[in-house]
Amino acid sequence: MILEELAVDAGVFEARTGWAIKPQGACKGEVCVPLPDSPWLADGRLDPTVLAERLGMPLVVDERRRVWALGPETAVTGRSLTTAVAPELVLPDAEGNPFRLSSLRGQKVLLVAWASW
Amino acid sequence: MWQAHRTRWHPQGLEIVTVALDVDRTEALPFIEQAHAQHPSLVDEAHVCDELFGFVNVPNAVWIDERGTIVRPAEPAHPGSNPFTESFRTIDLSTLPPDIADVLREARKIRSDPAQYVAMIEDWLARGSDSPYALAPDEVVRRSGTRTTAEATAAAEFELGRFLHDHGDHAAAIPHWREAHRLYPANWTYKRQAWNFEDPMRQGPTDVYDSSWYEDIKKIGAENYYPPIV
Repeated sequence: MILEELAVDAGVFEARTGWAIKPQGACKGEVCVPLPDSPWLADGRLDPTVLAERLGMPLVVDERRRVWALGPETAVTGRSLTTAVAPELVLPDAEGNPFRLSSLRGQKVLLVAWASW
Repeated sequence: MWQAHRTRWHPQGLEIVTVALDVDRTEALPFIEQAHAQHPSLVDEAHVCDELFGFVNVPNAVWIDERGTIVRPAEPAHPGSNPFTESFRTIDLSTLPPDIADVLREARKIRSDPAQYVAMIEDWLARGSDSPYALAPDEVVRRSGTRTTAEATAAAEFELGRFLHDHGDHAAAIPHWREAHRLYPANWTYKRQAWNFEDPMRQGPTDVYDSSWYEDIKKIGAENYYPPIV
């Protein structure tokens, strides 16, 4: 996820990565990773360097632009899926309206990636 | 092509969601309009789905059951014969420029098995969790692709490049996309997306990237472009 400063709102972090911050730590599906006592910055946002270290998320920077990107987790399973619980996915449709994958709960879903290229 | 399947499968309780992995959404929109799809047709400009679901090429898909559990991880997902790619098999290569002919010669070697994939989905629709194709959660995670630190770093580098491209600085995106390619050569979505900006016709060699579709597929063997579905 893109960070224009080294701080991230917990809700934004969860929406983009699927990791929710709970009392027991950072949780995705049934998996929870304990966090240190102080993952929070003084302004109430999360310190992405703590998340990066605990979840094995690479934090890379474009020095000229001073913008960061936090990559996906590597620390739990070493696989592209940490859990079989489908993460929430919110993407725009062709009209630009946000669509929530979870709105299809109760149906089987075939999620297919394609591209114009 | 998915719409015809959707017409048959939706009454059986399945919805198809297509996601275009396109940094520039305007490239995907004409295809979406042409498909006249009744299913949700989304655009993922940041390739978020690569990170969340492990997609590394297109077409790739995951199966999700009624409770929101992934029952098959990312894998090749061909819905049927594609008239565009089928034309590769019949065109007279001697009539083409040599570099284009070379590309199509390799494309002809690519293997896919749409009949098997469609049959697997129909078995899942008929038998639900009793289908042998619907995997247990631990098996889903085990079969999902690797995620090394290098591969995760590639995802971050790709997204930095996309951010810079999206903010009008395409030249600044290129070093990040080059690094994503170096770190995660098995991810074709990062490579093909970037190559396409420089050479949309062939995704061929340029002085911008060290790799191209033709060179990279020769390295792995075109028959390995899509791994077999197991």
